[in-house]
Amino acid sequence: MDSTLRLDASFVDYVLVFVYFAVVLMIGFAARRRVSDSLDFFLSGRSLPAWITGLAFISANLGAVEIVGMSANGAQFGMATMHYFWIGAVPAMLFLGVVMMPFYYGSKVRSVPEFMRRRFGPGAHLVNALSFAVAQILIAGINLYLLASIVEALLGWPLWVSLILAAAIVLSYITLGGLSAAIYNEVLQFFVIVASLVPLTLLGLHRVGGIGGLADKVTAAGGEESLSSWPATNLTGFGSSFWSVVGIVFGLGFVLSFGYWTTNFVEVQRAMATSSMSAARSTPIIGSFPKMFVPFVVVIPGLIATVLVPEVMKAKAEGNADFDYNDSMLYMIRDVLPNGLLGVALAGLLAAFMAGMAANISAFNTVFSYDLWQTYVKKDRPDHYYLVVGRWATVGATVIAIGTAIIASGYTNLMDYLQTLFGFFNAPLFATFILGMFWKRMTSTAGWAGLVSGTLAAVAVAFLSKDAFGTASLGVLPLGGQGASFVAAGVAFGVDIIVSVVVSLVTAPKPVRELAGLVYSETPEEQRTDPEASSLPWYRSPTRMASISLAMVIALNLIFR
Amino acid sequence: MSHGMSQENGTAERPHKAGAFDVRNVIAGLIGFYGVVLVLVAIFGEEQSDKTGGVNANLWAGLAMLVFAASFALWSRLRPIVVDPGASVSGDDDGPPGH
Repeated sequence: MDSTLRLDASFVDYVLVFVYFAVVLMIGFAARRRVSDSLDFFLSGRSLPAWITGLAFISANLGAVEIVGMSANGAQFGMATMHYFWIGAVPAMLFLGVVMMPFYYGSKVRSVPEFMRRRFGPGAHLVNALSFAVAQILIAGINLYLLASIVEALLGWPLWVSLILAAAIVLSYITLGGLSAAIYNEVLQFFVIVASLVPLTLLGLHRVGGIGGLADKVTAAGGEESLSSWPATNLTGFGSSFWSVVGIVFGLGFVLSFGYWTTNFVEVQRAMATSSMSAARSTPIIGSFPKMFVPFVVVIPGLIATVLVPEVMKAKAEGNADFDYNDSMLYMIRDVLPNGLLGVALAGLLAAFMAGMAANISAFNTVFSYDLWQTYVKKDRPDHYYLVVGRWATVGATVIAIGTAIIASGYTNLMDYLQTLFGFFNAPLFATFILGMFWKRMTSTAGWAGLVSGTLAAVAVAFLSKDAFGTASLGVLPLGGQGASFVAAGVAFGVDIIVSVVVSLVTAPKPVRELAGLVYSETPEEQRTDPEASSLPWYRSPTRMASISLAMVIALNLIFR
Repeated sequence: MSHGMSQENGTAERPHKAGAFDVRNVIAGLIGFYGVVLVLVAIFGEEQSDKTGGVNANLWAGLAMLVFAASFALWSRLRPIVVDPGASVSGDDDGPPGH
């Protein structure tokens, strides 16, 4: 991070930030009064309404990576970044709500790995639970590091002070209130983020002369390519337009995004906290509506920065490859927001980073307590015992996250590559899930064999590419940039499917009676549908809302092509 | 699934309104507070029009936040969440009572 980047925060701005965190802690204390058993702590007692979990669903993802990373992509690649939302996230969220949620919610599992265990037994379960738990702790550490480094850069606080302070706040509201507190804070944070990013975008557009002015200036600066979203060859790094479109649709859209949104327990956990099957299915579907408009306040400010912020303009004009576009959003905040709104934006950004970390940790403690401790270490203890284990897991995870953050501060690139690596767990996981849900012949051995071989295939592609693992990559394949990740994910998906099918054909399948609730053909209709579904008004019917959302996202794709 | 009976429900034993715990009221309170502060800054603070391009950003953002906060407070007033400690698993407490 550029050490000269400082925001001139005034007393008013600090008051706004302080009040935000006072409210966050208050929510933790209020939620504590209601936490009475372990289901309450881990899954909010399955009692939250769908609009709350829907907002929490996208808010858990609207953290450091989204705001900083997507505005950076907006500055670097322009409108092509929209694909992450309109080709990637939204269709995947609709698929989760319409097709996969009935299995997750209907089988009454408490976590995504638990579904793996019931469908495929301990082999696939251990692979999934362990890789997920390790990934979450490390990602929590990365979130924490990003948070602390921004506080250091903007406000001038030493790194270790903001590390410990941020970790203490996250720890206190999760241990006090569990998932309820985390979800309530995510909803609150969503509104604070919107309240700061909407004025930021409007003011930015006003400064460059509206949408027409923005287009003219971007064109004048030679960035005409950033104004159209297809074929996105600058984003994928592919020479051919045709393969670029294939890479976006299949690699980013189908494999990477479906893998992330449908099997990532951080997200799915929010839908499991609802009160009915319809509400669980509605969670990602309701979330898809705000999600499709998020890029307007995240990607567009990045694009505006290329014609408004001197530092970004200079880097663009000189074609400076070393420029850190991750600062684009911060430059915009510095240049556009007056004191007052600056405080709202600071509160929103700090909240987003903390919510990201809180989401990682609350998903970690569920998987640790139920999937690892209760399944393999201490079985059959009273419910209260696992509640206590969950609280201690939270404390332990936070301490490890601080350690990870300190390591990350020394090896920034290493952390980037780790995140790339974790991305590779999702693609084969999605392949295994989708095959396991619809093909009853798929066996337990195929479950773990497919996962392991798919992940290894992705890692192999990343090593053979030009730069997916930085200098460790060999450059045998002519793939670089985001395109390498898309190809790695696609290969992982394909290898997982092939290995799973081949292994299934030579091993013995599970008895059919054990597959009820887990496989489509063996699940009675009433178990995967909501008995009250037909009596719900249209705005609470998951499939109708999903159709409306799909129509809207197709329209957005057509308008901004 | 081991879903233990609630041993300690604190003060909440019978169905009651969520009140201050309703997240809509928390959102309305926080955003409303931000709105008031921004309007005050707009009236008493300096206008920094070099950043905003001549728009009084704090004033307009503050007013918008106040309108938003009022509508959320109104929503939770008109359709309160009813918390029923005994029916946390199957109850759909999103809608108004008797819906």
